[in-house]
Amino acid sequence: MKDNKKMELAHWASKYAKENGANEVSVSVYDSKQSDVEIREQKIDKIQESIESGLSIKLYVNGRYSTHSTNRLNKPELERFIKEAILATNYLAEDKYRSLPDRELCYNGEERDLKLSDSTYDAVDPRDKIDVAMKVEAETMGMDDRIITVSGSYGDGSSRGYMVMSNGVEGFNESTSFYVSASASINGGDSRPSAGHYMATRFWDKLNPEGVGKYAVERALQKIGAKKIKSGKMDMLIENRSVGRVFSSLLQPLYGYNLQQKRSFMEGKIGQKVASDALTIIDNPFIESGRNSRLFDRDGLAAKEMTVIEKGILKTYYIGNYYGKKLDMQPTTGSPSNLIFEKGSKDLNGLTREMKEGILVTGFNGGNSNPATGDFSVGVEGFYVKNGEVIHPIAGMNITGNHKEIWNQLAAVGNDPLTDRSWQTPSMLFEGIDFSGL
Amino acid sequence: MSARKIKENPNLKHICMNNEVSRREFIRTGSVSLAGMAILPSFLSFGCNRLTEQSGLNEYLEHFGVSKEMLQKVMAEALSRGGDYCDLYFEHTLSNNVGLMDNEVNRAGSNIAYGVGVRVLKGDQTGYAFSEEVSLEAMLKVAKTAASIANESKDFPSINLSEKVNPDYYKFKTAWEDVSIKQKIPYLQKLNDKIFALDEKVDKVQVYLNDESSYVLFANSEGIMSCDYRPMFSLYASVVMIDGDKKEDFGSSRSMRVGFEYLTEDLLDEVAKEAVDGAKRQFLAGKPKAGEMPVVLAAGSSGILLHEAIGHAFEADFNRKETSIFSDKMGKKIGKDFVTIVDDGTNPNIRGSVNIDDEGIDTQKTKLVTDGVLTSYIHDRISAKHYGVDPTGNGRRESFRYAPLPRMRNTYMENGPHTQEEIIASVKEGVFVDSFTNGEVKIGAGDFTFYVKSGYLIENGKLTQPIKDINLIGNGPESLAEIEMVANDFKMDCSTWTCGKSGQGVPVSLGLPTIKVSKLTVGGVNA
Repeated sequence: MKDNKKMELAHWASKYAKENGANEVSVSVYDSKQSDVEIREQKIDKIQESIESGLSIKLYVNGRYSTHSTNRLNKPELERFIKEAILATNYLAEDKYRSLPDRELCYNGEERDLKLSDSTYDAVDPRDKIDVAMKVEAETMGMDDRIITVSGSYGDGSSRGYMVMSNGVEGFNESTSFYVSASASINGGDSRPSAGHYMATRFWDKLNPEGVGKYAVERALQKIGAKKIKSGKMDMLIENRSVGRVFSSLLQPLYGYNLQQKRSFMEGKIGQKVASDALTIIDNPFIESGRNSRLFDRDGLAAKEMTVIEKGILKTYYIGNYYGKKLDMQPTTGSPSNLIFEKGSKDLNGLTREMKEGILVTGFNGGNSNPATGDFSVGVEGFYVKNGEVIHPIAGMNITGNHKEIWNQLAAVGNDPLTDRSWQTPSMLFEGIDFSGL
Repeated sequence: MSARKIKENPNLKHICMNNEVSRREFIRTGSVSLAGMAILPSFLSFGCNRLTEQSGLNEYLEHFGVSKEMLQKVMAEALSRGGDYCDLYFEHTLSNNVGLMDNEVNRAGSNIAYGVGVRVLKGDQTGYAFSEEVSLEAMLKVAKTAASIANESKDFPSINLSEKVNPDYYKFKTAWEDVSIKQKIPYLQKLNDKIFALDEKVDKVQVYLNDESSYVLFANSEGIMSCDYRPMFSLYASVVMIDGDKKEDFGSSRSMRVGFEYLTEDLLDEVAKEAVDGAKRQFLAGKPKAGEMPVVLAAGSSGILLHEAIGHAFEADFNRKETSIFSDKMGKKIGKDFVTIVDDGTNPNIRGSVNIDDEGIDTQKTKLVTDGVLTSYIHDRISAKHYGVDPTGNGRRESFRYAPLPRMRNTYMENGPHTQEEIIASVKEGVFVDSFTNGEVKIGAGDFTFYVKSGYLIENGKLTQPIKDINLIGNGPESLAEIEMVANDFKMDCSTWTCGKSGQGVPVSLGLPTIKVSKLTVGGVNA
């Protein structure tokens, strides 16, 4: 529910800044609540609660720009804070690309219920929260003698944001989330493998802790006896929940900042093939209860659905207000909302059976990627697969290559998108990847 | 668990700045009507004494608007349910940032964070809550929440609070709060111009300067009250160079607990050269062959090996829960005789140093591995009590919004008996690595990685072809045992290293003399 005082504060700050020398202003006020509990051996290991609020302000002063934030919200302090910030902004160099976005590209205030907020958030009994976390661990008790420890956690959060821009744009958003998670540690002889699992929802009554703890333990047990195999070019099947780590390196060079700063290997690639036919991605901000659903973005731009990649052809960049002006491009949005991938026909098992020799990757370790050149190298763990059969777990290996190439080696995507994440990635099968091992 | 170098980017929300007239000048004149001093509304709100780095405990109490009696009341509430320890952590942090992009200093920002965290311990159990409002009523409320970790009714004897005076590991001349944005701007512009002057292939440059002043007031149920002023300075420059259809980038950074006097022409020259030399070398670089091979780590930032391979797995919260691969190795020989590894909070002005940790314990130089033997874990109060040892001063937190955890400070290896020349000459086929961006470790399996931005192949004892963008992976206990040579050229790295654990980032540093690890798995290509 909207707190009108916070909305008034945002309006006041915008007005105050304009009266004191700012030509344009964008103000965001937020407040949030969080609680977390972690259980070990059916005892509370840690319990934490918090309430926060704050204000951030973007100032456009005589063609100059700066941005400030504070969690001190009383007006006399804010007055000084804003005045000082405006004075300081005057020392900067002019930047002709700094101005609020065109009004017609901005959110028009139209309300639409994206089902992101649970109105019962404050009514949830703290004892029920602890019970849920207890259940996550309890279901793992006696599962296996090799369990060293399992922790079960519950967490929730509620946040509200109020945005006021001096061009008349105004927006409000609120959301809640609830999650349970488990982390299991296993005695595997020389090694103590661990694994985790979680489930997250926007509504308390949809939260189901069942199976979360057990699945974490099962995943950890499967890692026992992991070894490194010889280096070589092989197939790589990445499990849906891990795809995001590699996929984020394909998104990075699509951002306006990287394009404008010549840190993108995707420059000039709109309308060109950047991946195999198997890759089609839609950015959809309007999914009900989606993890990243929204009506407007940080710049106040109205959200809209867009195709990012269609059958391997790049359709759009992520261009926010400022870099849009710098690049002389129409802004889309500065960052992804929910990403929906076109599904393939097989699940993870089906894709595994298609592999002649390769590695099923279930987790990553460190690594990085260079958005300017596409070079990447990342540590992997998972399972060695031969003739469609999982042979043994592997760890301590790297994959290395270039993003300009590997997405063209994408042979198939799964029919198993992760529907409770903002990037709803399916499993993905790549051919001819360079693995480093022995 | 991971470490990364912060790269400032204009999309970051919490960035900052300072204004023309200095805070000290403001303090001297004491005039509220004086326009244009630094951004410090929270100081002003109290209308009386402002805090400076020279302020004593009473001024801190006054600044946060609390008295000894109030602290005692809050602690009594925190322990009212039978907790056996509590602490209060007041923090006021002002951060400023100013940035250059496309040849002009055209972006800046500031952030203010203010609040108090209340923690209650009951054995190994933790209750935590914080408030952004520092009033008796608000503090009692969060104390009550934190207290609920225990569940009996108990009267705790009244706590007699007295001041603990800390050593000073971050001496400086000019506090960043006394430096206006106008004074900072020329340095960014100069650094940009120096970088462009070094090579005609330079196409894009970005420069960011961040500074932070953090005031911390601490009190606990053992009767300790202390205060600490924590400065932090970070400078980061990145360059993109273009040669025909090839594009390469590189960055260079410095971050320390120092004052404005640290920012000099010489420093700018150093940073400019590092960035341009680095990017130039990338044009010549290729990928090594994939697989296991000997790795020589250059002195300095290669200390990331220790942070990832050993440091995190030595954090005693993982060991008391027995989830670390080193859980059963205390007192055991885990490396060669010449391997001594320390975690140190006392290095003057180094990024990871602290005068006192975030749970009121003196910082120290802790020997983790002494002559090849595991001699200490990295402890906070909870784990020290669990193991029956003295705490090591490693209880740290990102801010008042978090409960402390065992965290590293400056983690490094002491000098050994070899020389860098000897070490490189001893490798027939391998790699030499000298620049890194990030790393990660799996505590239980012991597998750690670090990402090499640049290095060289070693062929027949000589550095040859440059290499770039490869991940190295090894196993903590194995790699520690496989450190075969250690040189006498120790170097502390002063880049913007930030260590991440359980969602909290803390500033750290790391260092190393040149060493050889007999084998790590090197990311590369297959024939």
